[in-house]
Amino acid sequence: MSVTTANTVAEANTLPPPSTFWKRFSRNPTAMVSLGILLLITLVAIFAPELAPHPPAKSSLRAVLKPPSSLYWLGTDDLGRDVASRLIYASRLSLVASVQALSIALVIGLPMGLVSGYVGGWTDTVITRINDAIMSFPALILAVVIVGMLGPSLTNAMTAIGIVYAPRIMRVVRGSTLSVREEVYVMAARATGCSDARIIIHHVLPNIVGPLLVQSTVLLGHALLAEAGLSFLGLGAQPPQASWGAMLGTAFPYMAQSPVPTIAAGLVISVTVLCFNLLGDGLRDSVGRARRSGE
Amino acid sequence: MAAPLLEIRDLVVQFPSPHGWLTVVDHVSYTVERNDIVCVVGESGSGKSVTVQAAVGLSQAKGARVPHGSVKFDGQELVGMSTRQLNRIRGADIGFIFQEPMSSLNPAYTVGEQIAEVVRRHKGASRADAWKRAIQMIDRVGIASAATRVNDYPHQFSGGMRQRVMIAMALACDPKLLIADEPTTALDVTIQARMLELLMDLQRDMHMSVLFITHDLGVVAKIARSVVVMYGAQVVEQAPVSALFKAPRHPYTAGLMEAMPQVALERGHDPIAIPGTVAQAHAWPSGCRFNPRCSYRVDGPCTTQPLPLVTRGVDHVRCARADELEATLAAVMAPQGGANS
Repeated sequence: MSVTTANTVAEANTLPPPSTFWKRFSRNPTAMVSLGILLLITLVAIFAPELAPHPPAKSSLRAVLKPPSSLYWLGTDDLGRDVASRLIYASRLSLVASVQALSIALVIGLPMGLVSGYVGGWTDTVITRINDAIMSFPALILAVVIVGMLGPSLTNAMTAIGIVYAPRIMRVVRGSTLSVREEVYVMAARATGCSDARIIIHHVLPNIVGPLLVQSTVLLGHALLAEAGLSFLGLGAQPPQASWGAMLGTAFPYMAQSPVPTIAAGLVISVTVLCFNLLGDGLRDSVGRARRSGE
Repeated sequence: MAAPLLEIRDLVVQFPSPHGWLTVVDHVSYTVERNDIVCVVGESGSGKSVTVQAAVGLSQAKGARVPHGSVKFDGQELVGMSTRQLNRIRGADIGFIFQEPMSSLNPAYTVGEQIAEVVRRHKGASRADAWKRAIQMIDRVGIASAATRVNDYPHQFSGGMRQRVMIAMALACDPKLLIADEPTTALDVTIQARMLELLMDLQRDMHMSVLFITHDLGVVAKIARSVVVMYGAQVVEQAPVSALFKAPRHPYTAGLMEAMPQVALERGHDPIAIPGTVAQAHAWPSGCRFNPRCSYRVDGPCTTQPLPLVTRGVDHVRCARADELEATLAAVMAPQGGANS
């Protein structure tokens, strides 16, 4: 019957309730493994002082560029510092830097996207044009320019990356807002006397959390990679701080003598970024509107 | 006699389109008295929903403009009122129910939160009082174990139950006017009947007026006191329900009645559909807008000039041949033995 069909379609168009979300997510092994690895890395970062076998900045000139051993699990770098310990400590800086960049991207991109999508008209046109202009620059080049202007430091680098990635948040938020704005419950909210500000915060925002979460997860990976890139170039983390990218940068020239530190740093970066991307994919499949009719 | 609760006069609503500003509501006037039940009938695209949405400023939020006309609610002019002032009236003095019960509730909040929010905002009630009111309203609209159901999310309710929740939300602040925009259309027939009973029961209890938009004349016959028939952005006939069902004076109204299964069954013929479809808003025919589909059309009077809404006793009708056709159209609803097929 037509009535039944209409109801079923409407059902599929609403966001899944939390229980469905977890059910779908937990059935996705790739996403679960990624989440596990990321949680593990986070725990390592938190408990770095307890886990690291050596102080990360302690150099020993008698043990320069040593191969892996039971004392130095991943060998030592050109200044005789324990690579494993430094990687463990660097996870703190890398993760915090990514979160910092994402926060800046959210602070700029979220309100812009909400206003742009909800208000529409020339406001939308202006914001979207600025957005397109920023997005037309290659992200890393633009970040290099911004860091060049602000001076090299990790905070400046992450601010730059936050600004560069803000349009990506803005786009997703604007797109979702455009579709939520047309929902009947938004008109219903208006009919009960909600102001526009209230509708945006109370009725639109909670309903775009899904896509926003997915985009944020993927961007965390991107930000981590961008941080690594900038630090590798010497524009991010400054010595004696160590981030994974900075370690890759310092280990790279000695790759012929001692390849392990380079490979280790590169591997850690790749695995983490990959996990963020896979987690993002998994989240997308779980929070998205039901696609497979079998579920 | 006291002033009517809602008085729409000469309302014109236009939407932007590739053809310029499209007039989707064309000089529409009707009134809703206190304690009254008015039904607005018409096909999709007749402008019946847009009229009421524009009256409370909802169409304007979607880009429409109101270049002409006035809407008086309880003595206040709503056209041109600031959104801030409108927000004080919407949800408090005017409750709204929409057609799609499946999507008119926000999936991110429990139904209790949504009802309580409206009460807190308009009545300044405390969190606890608003919550009590939410439970009370959910119970009042006939949902069992209200105290636990308030904590459920919209997806945990069926279509009919969600519509009840919508009614609870619309009535939580004791509005003077309830605007129900095809509230039963998306529901199946048995639930429709119970929903109507509930609405009528609440109307009596709360002494409010109801403006009910529908395309189902069966519903109209059951609940209305007066009826407004709209076609092609205009009112084509307006009459008390008894007069309308005894003797429709507009061929379109008569056509709608012949298409009713109840009427057809009683008279021993199949429901007769009105041929053709409603014209697009940018391409109204000249003269009477219904003329291409009308079986009583006469070239000349029906096709040249726009027609006025003319008063005939208790009836208001927009038809060039209203007087000649009076007997013919009355026969559609006349007791058996009239025009047999």
